[in-house]
Amino acid sequence: MSITRRRVLGGVALIASLAMGAPVALAQDTIKVGVLHSLSGTMAISETTLKDVMLMLIEEQNKKGGLLGKKLEAVVVDPASNWPLFAEKARELISQKKVSAVFGCWTSVSRKSVLPVFKELNNILFYPVQYEGEESERNVFYTGAAPNQQAIPAVDYLMSKDGGEVKRWVLAGTDYVYPRTTNKILEAYLLAKGVAKEDIMINYTPFGHSDWQTIVADIVKFGSAGKKTAVVSTINGDANVPFYKELANKGVKATDIPVVAFSVGEEELAGVDTKNLVGHLAAWNYFQSVKDPANDAFITKWKDFTKNPKRVTNDPMEAHVIGFNMWVKAVEKAGTVDPDKVIDAIVGVEVPNLTGGVSKMLPNHHITKPVMIGEIRADGQFDVVWQTKGLVPGDAWSDFLEGSKDLEADWVGKKCGNFNTKTNKCGS
Amino acid sequence: MRGIFDRWTRRVVAALFTLGLFSASPSVVAAGLLDEPLARLHADSFPETTKAIEEIARSGAPEAETLLRAMVDRRLLFDASSKTVVVKDASDKFLDARTLKPLASPPAALSPVRINNRLRGLIDAELGTLALVSPDRTRRFEAADALFRSRKASDLKAVEQAIAREKDGAIATALRKAHSAIQLARDDASLSDKLAAVGELAAFTDTDTLGLLNQTLASAQQPELRTSLEAAITRIEHQRQLLAGVQNVIYGLSLGSVLLLAAIGLAITFGVMGVINMAHGEMVMLGAYTTFVVQEAFRAWAPAAFDFSLLVAIPLAFVFTGLVGIAIERGIIRFLYGRPLETLLATWGVSLVLQQAVRTTFGPTNREVGNPSFMSGGFEVFGVSITWGRLWIIVFTLLVFAGLQLVLRATRLGLEMRAVTQNRRMAGSMGIRSARVDALTFGLGSGIAGIAGVALSQIDNVSPNLGQSYIVDSFMVVVFGGVGNLWGTFVSAFALGIANKLLEPVAGAVLAKIFILVLLILFIQKRPRGLFALKGRAVEA
Amino acid sequence: MITKLLVDSLDRRATLFLGFLGLILVAVPLLNLWVPEGSAFHVPTYLVSLLGKYVCFAVLALSLDLVWGYCGILSLGHGAFFALGGYAMGMYLMRQIGSRGVYAHPTLPDFMVFLNWKELPIFWYGFGSFPYALLMIVAVPGVLAFAFGWLAFRSRVAGVYLSIITQALTYALMLAFFRNDMGLGGNNGLTDFKDIVGFPVQAQGTRAVLFMLSVALLGMSFLLARILVTSAFGKVLVAIRDVESRTRFLGYRVENYKLVVFTVSAMLAGLAGALYVPQVGIINPSEFAPANSIEAVIWVAVGGRGTLIGAAVGAFVVNLLKSVFTTGALAAYWLFVLGGLFILVTLALPKGIVGTLEDLVAAKRKRIEERDRRGAVPELAE
Repeated sequence: MSITRRRVLGGVALIASLAMGAPVALAQDTIKVGVLHSLSGTMAISETTLKDVMLMLIEEQNKKGGLLGKKLEAVVVDPASNWPLFAEKARELISQKKVSAVFGCWTSVSRKSVLPVFKELNNILFYPVQYEGEESERNVFYTGAAPNQQAIPAVDYLMSKDGGEVKRWVLAGTDYVYPRTTNKILEAYLLAKGVAKEDIMINYTPFGHSDWQTIVADIVKFGSAGKKTAVVSTINGDANVPFYKELANKGVKATDIPVVAFSVGEEELAGVDTKNLVGHLAAWNYFQSVKDPANDAFITKWKDFTKNPKRVTNDPMEAHVIGFNMWVKAVEKAGTVDPDKVIDAIVGVEVPNLTGGVSKMLPNHHITKPVMIGEIRADGQFDVVWQTKGLVPGDAWSDFLEGSKDLEADWVGKKCGNFNTKTNKCGS
Repeated sequence: MRGIFDRWTRRVVAALFTLGLFSASPSVVAAGLLDEPLARLHADSFPETTKAIEEIARSGAPEAETLLRAMVDRRLLFDASSKTVVVKDASDKFLDARTLKPLASPPAALSPVRINNRLRGLIDAELGTLALVSPDRTRRFEAADALFRSRKASDLKAVEQAIAREKDGAIATALRKAHSAIQLARDDASLSDKLAAVGELAAFTDTDTLGLLNQTLASAQQPELRTSLEAAITRIEHQRQLLAGVQNVIYGLSLGSVLLLAAIGLAITFGVMGVINMAHGEMVMLGAYTTFVVQEAFRAWAPAAFDFSLLVAIPLAFVFTGLVGIAIERGIIRFLYGRPLETLLATWGVSLVLQQAVRTTFGPTNREVGNPSFMSGGFEVFGVSITWGRLWIIVFTLLVFAGLQLVLRATRLGLEMRAVTQNRRMAGSMGIRSARVDALTFGLGSGIAGIAGVALSQIDNVSPNLGQSYIVDSFMVVVFGGVGNLWGTFVSAFALGIANKLLEPVAGAVLAKIFILVLLILFIQKRPRGLFALKGRAVEA
Repeated sequence: MITKLLVDSLDRRATLFLGFLGLILVAVPLLNLWVPEGSAFHVPTYLVSLLGKYVCFAVLALSLDLVWGYCGILSLGHGAFFALGGYAMGMYLMRQIGSRGVYAHPTLPDFMVFLNWKELPIFWYGFGSFPYALLMIVAVPGVLAFAFGWLAFRSRVAGVYLSIITQALTYALMLAFFRNDMGLGGNNGLTDFKDIVGFPVQAQGTRAVLFMLSVALLGMSFLLARILVTSAFGKVLVAIRDVESRTRFLGYRVENYKLVVFTVSAMLAGLAGALYVPQVGIINPSEFAPANSIEAVIWVAVGGRGTLIGAAVGAFVVNLLKSVFTTGALAAYWLFVLGGLFILVTLALPKGIVGTLEDLVAAKRKRIEERDRRGAVPELAE
């Protein structure tokens, strides 16, 4: 009996001590930066890296003397790939930890989940991932690509001579909002370009789909109609590895049916044997293989920081670098970390990106980016085979969707994220 | 130079080389031949590289094939400032591209000649012509395939000669296919040639042929040709349709084998021992990570023997996950017998800890597990495509299942296991050390989950989430088959797999899965204890 | 004698528990709304919605304990009923947005506009009205549970078979709700709510009221469950849990008892989900994930199965730990802590927190009694 009681008391004491062990409030003379990326659960696979990038950037900024004479302090939370937990953690970061800005989220649903919190508590979120667009909020800065900065240039490339003059299209995606919207936009775009309806095949699969036999066979069959066929893949992270393994085993070569992916970067390929995938494509705004002094320096720093010479860099990481540098510049310009002032100061801020250009924050809270098409190499890196001449400004509202073609976002002049140019009113 | 080797001369030389009339050539001549195309590569632009590829291939230089292959493998490097192009050979030595002689002082800033898919296709086609005379069987086969795809009229003669020369039946068929394809694509082929080509091609059932016929039909003018093309296309499509069912069943067998593999360990820990083992998925994951570690070791110390990595990984994964399983049983589960629902709680805790442990050790990202060469690629029989990887997994699953049956039926341990799970106290009084048997049984179940992980690493992500994606399906399979019955698990896995794959083309991947789940729920109403219910006392336990 | 003692002590405990709920029902909103922010007694709004979320989880755990702890039905799909209630509420909240969405469409929610839907699907009709939504919040989980239970209990699906098919149920629903073609927002789910019965969802006052409602729901669910389990009906439930066949042979229609308690439990879970959604601001198909339902089972096990209070305590403790450990230095390692805790609780506290406390109290009382009666006679071995 007494043993049990001791056990119980021990257990209670343990729980209590663990609960007390939560970090106590730290000194007030730092500027806090929230890092809201999943470190466990299904999204940890992609998001953990972004947390590390943020830690590195903050450490580096502190080495340079911090910001406004104060040190920066990262507040890391783990929303555990759980969407309501994202909202809870965002609220905690802003109202309890008093952070000045938050860098975080990967999936659209996590962004949607925290949006009301950022609006209510008036803080700033930097969102680093390519997404479906159709959104522009005062409190959010979108440093990833909008569809016009990734999807449409990729399709243009495939239609060009160098891309293989593709005539028939498979739009394959995971069934969630980003692929749905992107495919809606692409379908409208392709039809406008004169592609016949029967030359477009659209296919959706669930998250984490692992058995691709039937779908790859369907793609091959669709590609046997005698016209050059390409696959535009918006398949989400995890499902890509089995998809590519199936493609490779079925002998689908990039020279026959190229696959251009919007969610597959260096990080995802690190888990695949790429020897059989050589030549398949990806469209991004950044590739690790781009030769540029800023990029070389960043890659070296990253490998040092992670103490792993094999670590790769990818597009969302660059987006965080740009977003963080923009925030730092805007804070310096405003002389304060007050979100209202920073939101006003950041539009128009220009910082060099890692591929030799200068990205600028636009009044619609999206940024300008170069668009690049890369082909997979045998070493898991990409060869840039095409890139836009200059930088492409991100477009929040697609011109190819019926509901949004009249909308426009302008947080400077019109102070509105969804200004209707037909009715000349904000939001209606 | 230019005066002597003008464009036409070069063409003639190239043609002679292609026909294999010259076996060797003075390298002085060849060096001159390659100067111009190699200089084009300094520009680093795709149009220039395109020209360079064509010129190199037609140059007739003996280095041409090496250069083109080097270009595909990114081993052809250039330096625009010093105007040099070099080849990096297999032992990382730098050779002058013009002579393939070692370079004393290679330039410091070399970058690979970039190519894209279009150029890659072009090179494949050019290499095809060059490789037709290769003594290597696979090379010739690839060449035939490449020529089928490029279907250049200029290759016709070379292909005809190759057919006459070829002794290998399979390659000869591939060459005849390429020949027909070229005939169809050629503008100046006669109608009868074309009709003969269509006739020849109609015997094939693969999608490439179908694609070619469709493409030809789109531009065909003569009515006879159109009719014959249409007939051939209908024939192939009809045949493929007939085979679609067979194909789907094969896909289903493959999915079923994956399900069985994932579930078979659970059939022991959960089905036989009654432990609601939520950490089962993590055992699979550990097996996959064992494969990763083994392959890393092979990459570091014995890259040549990489194909054997899986053979090493299987026993290691079995032993490692088996030991982890025994540790879990000794440390936690043995205190919980008779309280099955609490094993759910404890093993869920174990699964969280294991996931995080792997995440901390190996990082949260996917790790690369390679396919050994015998598991890469696929083949087609009678128009039904089968990939080697999946075929091996089916075979492997059957072997594992048979092995497990053997252990349970024919060994003393198996006998003791069955005795203990049927009636623990009775077995104990017969002198069986039930504690030891429990530990070994759990270890066996975990070990089998581990070797399942080795196989699954070949087709899925190797990430800390690997286990989670199989756990729900595994429980479904075991329960559908009837808890405690291995043959039930066997039948259930294949039944679910095949049903899923037969539904998928009709309903789509998501709805097919939902239908299967609903069918499962309804089926359990009919047979509340699964497909093969255990009879007797064990039922109520 | 002992039984009577247990019942008495439980009753006292039940009163205590209800009293405690009453206290936080009043105190938390008071301390949030009327105590100024700088004060040490101020409860920040963040904490109010956090506590509100825990309370909703507590109701879910309680509903699960009712079927599992008292009737032996281990449902691994209770999250489905919770999520369905949540979706019904979410649909109501979406309809309340009206034309304030980004596309300013008068009837269609934003996600339908940008996926080019032309009109509202039929099953969305009626959700503009709160009473209808309220009806659906209990009716949808209730009907599903009834239909499912009617099939399963009549064909005597029991034990792990039942557990696994409840899991299949929630898994199938998750896959279905993930489909964008369902017309429920796919993976993004329903979010960006504005008003609830005319009050802005994000206002401090609304949050306080939602919190009070959640606590009230917990109190009432607890009472209802107590009444059920202490009545003659409850005795039959416990009999079914302990030896189902014997109960059947005694002439009880086991399947009817199970069906009633399962349906009631599902409706409670639905209500919990409905209150959960406006407080966390989003409902998404991942609420249907099998892992969520398993987690709910774990709350019950940690707190103590078959104690009702234990379920609430377990939900509270586990989620509190989760909230604490997912912030700061431990964030990357919190699964170790949580997983370790589950293992520890199973090994050290097999009856859960409340169950073990109960044992301790009962044993102490017994000892005192024995000592009083007999003087210092050594205890018999247990």
